[in-house]
Amino acid sequence: MSKEIRLKRGFTIQIEGEADKSLMSSTFKIDSYAVKPTDFYGMCPKLLVEEGTVVKAGTPLFFDKADERIKITSPVSGVVSAIVRGEKRVIEQIKITPDEQIEYIKFGEPVGAGYDLSSQTAEQIKSKLLESGLWAYIRTRPYHMIADPDAQPKMIVISTFDTAPMGPDYDFIAHDQKLHFQAGLDVLAKLTEGKVHLNIHEELTRDDVFLYAKNVEINTFSGKHPVGNVGIQIHHLDPINKGEVVWFVNPQDVIIIGRLFLDGVLNATKIVALAGSELKRTGYHKIVAGACIKSLVESNLIDDATPRYISGNVLTGKQILQDGYLGFYDHLISVIPEGNYYEFMGWAMPGFFKFSFWRSFFSWLMPGKKYVLDTNYHGGHRALIFTGQYEKVLPMDILPMQLIKACIIEDIEAMEELGIYEVDAEDFALCEYIDPSKTEIQNIIRKGMDLVKQEMS
Amino acid sequence: MLRKIIDNIKPNFQKGGKFSFLHSSFDAFETLLFVPNKVTTTGAHIRDSIDSKRAMAIVVIALVPALLFGMFNVGYQHFLSQGETVDFFTTFLYGLWKVLPIIIVTYATGLGIEFAVAQMRGHEVNEGFLVTGMLIPLLLPPDIPLWMVAVATAFAVILGKEVFGGTGMNVWNPALIARAFLFFAYPSQMSGDKVWISGKADAYSGATPLAEISSGNLDIVSAQEMFIGLIPGSIGETSKIAILLGAIILLWTGIASFRIMFSVVLGGLTMGWILNFIGGESIWTQVPAYEHLLMGGFLFGAVFMATDPVTASQTGTGKWVYGFLIGVIAVVIRVYNPAYPEGMMLSILLMNTFAPLIDHYVINANKKRRLKRAKIVAEQTI
Repeated sequence: MSKEIRLKRGFTIQIEGEADKSLMSSTFKIDSYAVKPTDFYGMCPKLLVEEGTVVKAGTPLFFDKADERIKITSPVSGVVSAIVRGEKRVIEQIKITPDEQIEYIKFGEPVGAGYDLSSQTAEQIKSKLLESGLWAYIRTRPYHMIADPDAQPKMIVISTFDTAPMGPDYDFIAHDQKLHFQAGLDVLAKLTEGKVHLNIHEELTRDDVFLYAKNVEINTFSGKHPVGNVGIQIHHLDPINKGEVVWFVNPQDVIIIGRLFLDGVLNATKIVALAGSELKRTGYHKIVAGACIKSLVESNLIDDATPRYISGNVLTGKQILQDGYLGFYDHLISVIPEGNYYEFMGWAMPGFFKFSFWRSFFSWLMPGKKYVLDTNYHGGHRALIFTGQYEKVLPMDILPMQLIKACIIEDIEAMEELGIYEVDAEDFALCEYIDPSKTEIQNIIRKGMDLVKQEMS
Repeated sequence: MLRKIIDNIKPNFQKGGKFSFLHSSFDAFETLLFVPNKVTTTGAHIRDSIDSKRAMAIVVIALVPALLFGMFNVGYQHFLSQGETVDFFTTFLYGLWKVLPIIIVTYATGLGIEFAVAQMRGHEVNEGFLVTGMLIPLLLPPDIPLWMVAVATAFAVILGKEVFGGTGMNVWNPALIARAFLFFAYPSQMSGDKVWISGKADAYSGATPLAEISSGNLDIVSAQEMFIGLIPGSIGETSKIAILLGAIILLWTGIASFRIMFSVVLGGLTMGWILNFIGGESIWTQVPAYEHLLMGGFLFGAVFMATDPVTASQTGTGKWVYGFLIGVIAVVIRVYNPAYPEGMMLSILLMNTFAPLIDHYVINANKKRRLKRAKIVAEQTI
């Protein structure tokens, strides 16, 4: 049964710089790509290539020591130009200099619209995904990691809308890719005995690609951020109990999976949103996964910009450098100003132009106004004092303060009882945003999850 | 300009500097003047404009109407008892002259201890005392000796807060600890009908409405007078108008919990009605329920003391229960224990004690819901 779920709690951050809904012309040339093993939580990478190795799109770069079937493959063809290691020789980046024309490894014959999956077993589909490296797009809750191929998920969830600040519009992204998206959904449907849930937003989702998708259960959600997070959605569809597993896939990654089965190749071309108040022009770019962002942003900065580049959204994304690379799971590049300035008596000012969840600044006089938001903490770290606030931005039957405290004191039993399996760090991002005590809540939750996982394995 | 001076002297207070032992104090003053330039490194890249200082400043602002009215009323009661008529300005000035020293002594004592403790622990100075330091004077009678204020404040900050680990860890509301300390240690200065008017003429009756009823005089003060607040009492508690103004600020900004405020009032009214209905020998049972809200520190407690997030229940449902019981118990103490006409203080301190217990049951209910769900699933799969 399709469900209709309305959530009242949540919060929209009125940030300036949302991506303009137009595809920007691709006159630029991207001269470097990279895969970052650090994008994969809990993975222990073992390299299969070295500097100078010639690769094609689909050549394995490294695999997970814990499960050798899980490989990460190159998104483009070219030459491995560098392997960047960080502290303790952790592999941070595998850089690839691309060929003029991408050469693809063939994982099957191109069949186009006449594809037929009925003759293929789940095992065959799984091995094809694993072999091509696209398995990595299927992630699991709890723990937010690459799915275990042997696990039996009780459902697979796809959230087709992103409510995060400046989040990409999947309606726009998927519009012309109906065939591939549907093929991806059909592939996923083969992988679970449960259902594939396609979650749409009552107001945001308008495109037929999602509204008329087949072979899935379509659920309608309404509300503000974080309703777009799969964690919130799973909690309201069928919460995760201890020992249960749910898989989730990003809609654009579903399309890439669809291409593998229709075209027989790993074509990791993505439409990525470029957003933020530090840019002259925002919009969407068609690029290949792992692209270096330099040529996209370099000549596009406003005057006197002090940019921070983020792969992902401003709440959960990772900071990258100007010559950094788009993250494996990201479909958005946010560029916002750094906030390394002092503000004289800032806490005492009326604050007509200070955006806040609280109405302690007079900016509440202007609802709907958008603000340029920077990376300043706007205050020092203090004790956790205020209660009943996190609940307002976490639409789940979870006691956030108690769970956070259980994670801080590393009480695994309490964490389990309070629902650690149902949450992910990203679900707490808004709590972290509104927190006057400036506590690093996402870190605390992530550490709690890691601890539970360690204990369970 | 100012920034330059601070940047110049800053190295002295950092690790290895001459005055590095004063690090916390320097930091407190620096952040008071300038919101730091620290940028996010992990987690969310953007953070809300609010910080602990702003939140505490809002509570202090919410207390200002009660404070200003309190100052005026101190003067007003003084000249009334003397039988003099003076202009508004003189009245206010007299109050200011009486109240300001109390505020200064409270802040000096409390902040002194806070800074010293932060220094010892190597913490940043928490802003919680900005509120406590404003609450304590408002809970006191105007003629209280200043040394008592200092002793009570020190007692409250050290034994009421710091021994538990500082801001955010205390069990009882520190301001109420200060008042309770004075109430039990120096009862002659904190109760009776002599202390509530500053420089009172001996012949003049200076009893508060609560005291009047305790001595058997119902209806001496009308509800309207109690609402406006030109009556004897603690400095900040008398004007319900000023307190309601503060309540509006706290609720609108989202700093204080509506659930607690509302349920305290509801609890007081409910218990008042029940006692009206049951009746009894005590004259207290004849007090209309709504007058309980207007008398003594009930409303002040409901708006400013019960809502202290650290000592209140932390869970949503818990807040309803916690607030309701505060209202109920405050009225019960007033009616059945005439020795303590001001039941609000004891009621809030009592419920502070039980707040973790209330939370415990709410949290357990949440855990049980989850466990039950997991069990149903487990049974189905078997």
